[in-house]
Amino acid sequence: MIFALVGNQNSGKTTLFNTLTGANQRVGNFPGVTVDSKTGEIRRHKDCTVVDLPGIYSIRPYSAEEIVTRDFVLEQNPDAIINIVDATNIERNLYLTLQLIELKIPMVVALNMMDEVRGNGGTVDVAKISEMLGVPVVPISASKNEGISELINTLISTAKSKRLPSVYDFCAPGPVHRCIHAVSHLIEDHAQQRGISARFAAIKLIEGDLDFSDKLNLSENELHTIGHNVQEMESECKMDANAALADMRYSFIETVCLAAVVKCSESREHKRSVKIDSLLTNKYLALPIFFSILILIFWLTFSVLGSFLSDLLLQGIETLTLFVDTGLKNYGINPVIGNFIVNGIFVGVGSVVSFLPLIIVLFLFLSILEDTGYMARVAFVMDKILRKIGLSGRSFVPMIIGFGCSVPAIMATRTLSSERDRKLTVLLTPFMSCSAKIPIYAVFCAAFFPKHATLVISGLYIFGVVVGILVALLLNKTVFRGKPVPFVMEMPNYRMPSIKSVMLLLWEKAKDFLQKAFTVIFVATIIIWFLGSFDAKLNFVDNQSNSLLASVGKLLSPIFAPLGLGDWKVTTSLISGLSAKEAVISTMSVLAGTTLDKLDGVLATMFTPISAISFLVFTLLYTPCVAAIAAFRRELNSLSKTLLIIILQCSVAWICAFAVYRLCHLLVSLNTTLNIFDLLILAAVLVCVVLAVTYIIKQKKKGRCVGCGSCEGCLSPCQNKKK
Amino acid sequence: MTLNDLEVGSSAVITEVGGEGNLRLRLLDMGLIPKTAVRVVRIAPLGDPIEIELRGYSLTLRRNDAKNIVVSRSEVLI
Repeated sequence: MIFALVGNQNSGKTTLFNTLTGANQRVGNFPGVTVDSKTGEIRRHKDCTVVDLPGIYSIRPYSAEEIVTRDFVLEQNPDAIINIVDATNIERNLYLTLQLIELKIPMVVALNMMDEVRGNGGTVDVAKISEMLGVPVVPISASKNEGISELINTLISTAKSKRLPSVYDFCAPGPVHRCIHAVSHLIEDHAQQRGISARFAAIKLIEGDLDFSDKLNLSENELHTIGHNVQEMESECKMDANAALADMRYSFIETVCLAAVVKCSESREHKRSVKIDSLLTNKYLALPIFFSILILIFWLTFSVLGSFLSDLLLQGIETLTLFVDTGLKNYGINPVIGNFIVNGIFVGVGSVVSFLPLIIVLFLFLSILEDTGYMARVAFVMDKILRKIGLSGRSFVPMIIGFGCSVPAIMATRTLSSERDRKLTVLLTPFMSCSAKIPIYAVFCAAFFPKHATLVISGLYIFGVVVGILVALLLNKTVFRGKPVPFVMEMPNYRMPSIKSVMLLLWEKAKDFLQKAFTVIFVATIIIWFLGSFDAKLNFVDNQSNSLLASVGKLLSPIFAPLGLGDWKVTTSLISGLSAKEAVISTMSVLAGTTLDKLDGVLATMFTPISAISFLVFTLLYTPCVAAIAAFRRELNSLSKTLLIIILQCSVAWICAFAVYRLCHLLVSLNTTLNIFDLLILAAVLVCVVLAVTYIIKQKKKGRCVGCGSCEGCLSPCQNKKK
Repeated sequence: MTLNDLEVGSSAVITEVGGEGNLRLRLLDMGLIPKTAVRVVRIAPLGDPIEIELRGYSLTLRRNDAKNIVVSRSEVLI
């Protein structure tokens, strides 16, 4: 049997899912969208599968999440719906319940957080609600594991007996009632043919959902009659159809609550939240506190806990590698195969696996922030800044994590509630310079700008952010044009995170990453090892400068010549940087025939200060590494989009490096000597250009019609906006 | 007056929900419909968005979107 778990965000849906299924979960994507779906078997009921659908507030098709839920429930024919309802916020939660009941599918309402309601002196008359809604209602507490077995039993018996909701008519007699009945009568045959509930289809038609008039094959005549009915209702109600329907549902909910719910005056949880919020979203303290928390998390992840564990793991892997290496040598294995196992598999995959502790530690903190409800506050506080690039406050945290490592940053976009925001954020995070690039900056600054290292490095970080913003603005105008999902976000009460949920999430992320490490990354490292170890005649080479990788580097070097990077050694190290950014410096030193500590001396013969800057800019912006590519692939759920991103990143990097290189040259030819002040002036000019462009875009936006879909490109302020 | 004009801590009753398209539908679905009492809880540190309380829960929305919601001040407390 298949059960669909549907409910509002913050209703405890994930907790209930974890309680029902334990660790028997599989994560998957719905075809075509990057919306997460988890399925799992109910414990001790192996034949019952639960599908955890995205958290939604209504089944109107505004975002990928709502469409996925609606289509799953309508087309996959689940045996029953589990509708989880937050009893502490029952009014708004029941709104979705009423819409689900209209679907005419067996359904059970799980009334969650009943412990909190009772603890605060409130009561819910479960029998009364069940009678009024016409569906079984089971009081539970998902976090305390109360009422779960009753829920499962009710669920199974409801599904087995195919008990349909017995009440559909939520509307009091009046115009809305008449209109719904007239329309459902009219389309009953069509709906029956398609196996859809007539009332649900009628409501969708009244709401003006065009998908449904196509689905039901309605004739011109019928559509006309429906339109007439809707108009009549609207004029009688003095409201438009959508408002009238929402009003109808909420009026019914108010009747239910009046009859069955005794609210407590103010819950302890709410009082506590108000107190915490007076500090955490305080006008003056909010930003400092938020940044302190971020810095603390960064510090703990990248320099204390995570890096300690990472180093430990890396040491373990190195010891193991050494052990295997000696073992293989003693065994007398073919040196090529030995080299493959040691340098290809162990070193390659090992360097990626050593990221694992970083990811786990970072996600430990992130999931605590998410589950306590602090992330919603971050979105609230940071929204104004990110809105300017077409995103909402929710995207801030993934982008900041990008400064640490792109891989967990891309993975963290999962918490974003809209697919559009998620994709755009995934695209932008790699522009935040990740920590693996620091060694490259350090070596180059030591060689070329020893006195201005800090300035150059911070300049690079800022440049990355600025380019990211420009790319975001550009994408907003082109690929991501169209209306962003409205930022209307619920502010949940602060709650203690459940250890179990946090652990399950960490397990899932670790599993996900390891799976990647041993599939995509494994293959990629083997390819790079192969290219680096063989020449065109497939002979094994000792010196990398004769390898295929070097040939590819030589082949591609003309492309990099305009950037002042025509040296094949440079090109080759950039290519090897695709396996991991750490490899850039090591490859370069191998190719230059020197060691890491003497590299800065040799660099002066390979680069001029200007081409060094161009190299740094390119390194800053081009595709991070195979682990990041694998993360793109996973989050975007599309190979072609992943390739597009790689092309986009490389082109942006090339264009920017070219621009910087040429501008620097121009300055040099004007001035004959280039000192750091010229660079400063250049940076200032660039910033001015960027500001000017942003300003122009903003001005253009102001002049144009926004927020209204009914007119196209009018220059005057929109007439309909005020309505 | 609109929801955007309410100062922090004051309550009002919604009389009309304007706006267009998805945003308006989202607002209606979240329970912002005529005759509903709302209270402005706080304003974000940067001046936007705002947090309101209605039907026993808290919701944040941007000022620009709040301008679409016409309210009438009243003695109603939630």
